[in-house]
Amino acid sequence: MIPAQFDYLAPTSLDEALAALAEHGDDAKIIAGGQSLLPVLRMRLNAPEMVIDLGKIESLRGIRDDGDHLVIGAMTTHATVASDSAVAEHAALISKAVEHLADSQIRHRGTFGGALAHADPAGDLGAPALALGAEFVIAGSGGTRTVAADDFFEDLFTTAIGEDEILTEVRIPKHTGWGAHYEKFVRVAHQWPIVAVAATVKADGGTIAEARVGLTNMGSTPLRARAVEQALVGQPATEDAVREAAGAAAEGTNPPSDLNGDADYRRHLATVLTRRAVLAAAGG
Amino acid sequence: MARIELTVDGAKVSDDVEPRMLLVQYLREKVGKTGTVIGCDTSNCGACTVHLDGQSVKSCNVLAVQADGGEVTTIEGLAQDGELHPMQAAFHECHALQCGFCTPGMIMQAVDLLKENPDPSEEEVRLGIEGNLCRCTGYHNIVKAVRTAAGSGGGAA
Ligand SMILES: Cc1cc2nc3c(=O)[nH]c(=O)nc-3n(C[C@H](O)[C@H](O)[C@H](O)COP(=O)(O)OP(=O)(O)OC[C@H]3O[C@@H](n4cnc5c(N)ncnc54)[C@H](O)[C@@H]3O)c2cc1C
Ligand code: FES
Ligand code: FES
Repeated sequence: MIPAQFDYLAPTSLDEALAALAEHGDDAKIIAGGQSLLPVLRMRLNAPEMVIDLGKIESLRGIRDDGDHLVIGAMTTHATVASDSAVAEHAALISKAVEHLADSQIRHRGTFGGALAHADPAGDLGAPALALGAEFVIAGSGGTRTVAADDFFEDLFTTAIGEDEILTEVRIPKHTGWGAHYEKFVRVAHQWPIVAVAATVKADGGTIAEARVGLTNMGSTPLRARAVEQALVGQPATEDAVREAAGAAAEGTNPPSDLNGDADYRRHLATVLTRRAVLAAAGG
Repeated sequence: MARIELTVDGAKVSDDVEPRMLLVQYLREKVGKTGTVIGCDTSNCGACTVHLDGQSVKSCNVLAVQADGGEVTTIEGLAQDGELHPMQAAFHECHALQCGFCTPGMIMQAVDLLKENPDPSEEEVRLGIEGNLCRCTGYHNIVKAVRTAAGSGGGAA
C-alpha cells in the first residue's frame, strides 16, 4: 500500500534535475505524473533511494508549433494533450488515442513523456507516436540528442533513454488533413488495451494515398504494420479493399499470451481492428 | 522529512511529512479529512478522488509532497454554509448510493465532470465516471443524479 522510504528532490530546472540524476545514478528514479511509478512503488516492485520530481520544471510543459512539427513537452498532461486544438488538427491520431487512455483522474496527472518513457507494451501512446514518426528529444549531462521513433522503443518497459537522461520533448511531424482513428479493444472500463490499432490515412477522394498503422500490445514494443501500409496505397477506401490489406496486420508480430487472450487470438484481433481503424480513419 | 504547505478545503495547512506519504494518507491521518476514503490498492476504484488545483485526481496515486503549494478540495469542502452542494443534494434525492463507500469519490468526480461538460448525455456521464467503481448501485441512479445536478448548477464548486 505504501512505498518504501526514499529521499525526494523537486528541482526547478532541467540542469538541476540532470545534476541530481548524475549524482544519484542507479539509486534514483524520476517521477513525472506518478501514475505508473506510484503503483509500482506501492506494490514494492521497485524501491529507489531517491525520487526526483520533474513537476516543478515549467519548461517541460506545453505544446508548441515548430513549422513542420508539433512539439509536446514531456510533462504535458494527457488531459492537456486531449483538449489541444493544434494536436487535433495536425496529429489527430494522438488526440484519438489519448481520449480513451485510462480515466479522467489519471489523465489529469499522467504525462505524455511519462507514458512514452514507461514504454508499457500495452500503453496507448507508443503505437501512435511510432506511426506518426515522432522524434524523441533526450537530454543528458553531455547535451541533447534526438532519437527516431524506430530506435526509441527497445523492449518491454525499455527505451533509448539512458539512466542519467531525461526525455524533454517529443517532436511530431505534422499530418495535417490526415484522417485518424485509434481502435482500442478492451473488456472493462479505464484499462489498457488487449490489442489496439492506431491508423492515420491520407485519402484523395475515395482513394488511400498514404497510410500509417501502429499496433499496441502485439509484441514487446509498439510495432508498425508496414505490410498493411504498403498494401493500402492506391486502394479505394472500401470495406473489401481494406479487409484484404488488413489481413497482413499480424505479419512479423510476436504478441503475448495471457489471461486476456492467447497469441493467436491477438493475431486475429489485429486484423479485425486494423480494418476498423483504417476504414474509420479514411472516413469510410 | 519534507516541509509541505497547502490549502485543504479553504484552510492553510503545513506539516513535515515523509516523502513517501500518499496524499490520501496525509488528508486522512494528518488533516483529519476522513470523508476521503481508500477503496483499493491499485488506483482503480476512485473512492479517494479529490480536486488538486481544480482537477480531479486519485489521492492514493499522488504523493503529499507533489501537492506542495497546491489547493485541495475534499468531499468535506463541498457544502457551503451548511447547504449541501447541488451534486450532494442530487445524490440524496436520486438515491444514488447504498453502502456509500464510493460516494465521496463519485461526487468529487461528478463535480469535475460538470465543470468540463456542463450538460453531459447519459453516455458522457458513464464515460466521465469510468474511473470510479460502485459495487452496490449498478450506476443507474448515480447517472441520474449527475444529470439532475447538471440541471441545477452542479458544476459550480
Ligand atoms: C488505473 C490506471 C489505468 C491506466 N490505464 C491506462 C491505459 O488505458 N492506457 C495507457 O496507456 N496507460 C494507462 N495508465 C498509465 C498512464 O498512462 C500513466 O500516466 C503513464 O503511463 C505514466 O505517465 P506519468 O507521467 O504518470 O509517469 P510516471 O509514473 O511518473 O513515470 C513512469 C516511468 O517513466 C519514467 N519517466 C517519466 N517521465 C520521464 C522523463 N521525462 N524522462 C525519463 N524518464 C521518465 C519514470 O522514471 C518511470 O519509470 C493507467 C494508469 C492507472 C493507474
Ligand atoms: S483508493 Fe484511490 S483509486 Fe482506489
Ligand atoms: S454505494 Fe456501495 S460502492 Fe457505491
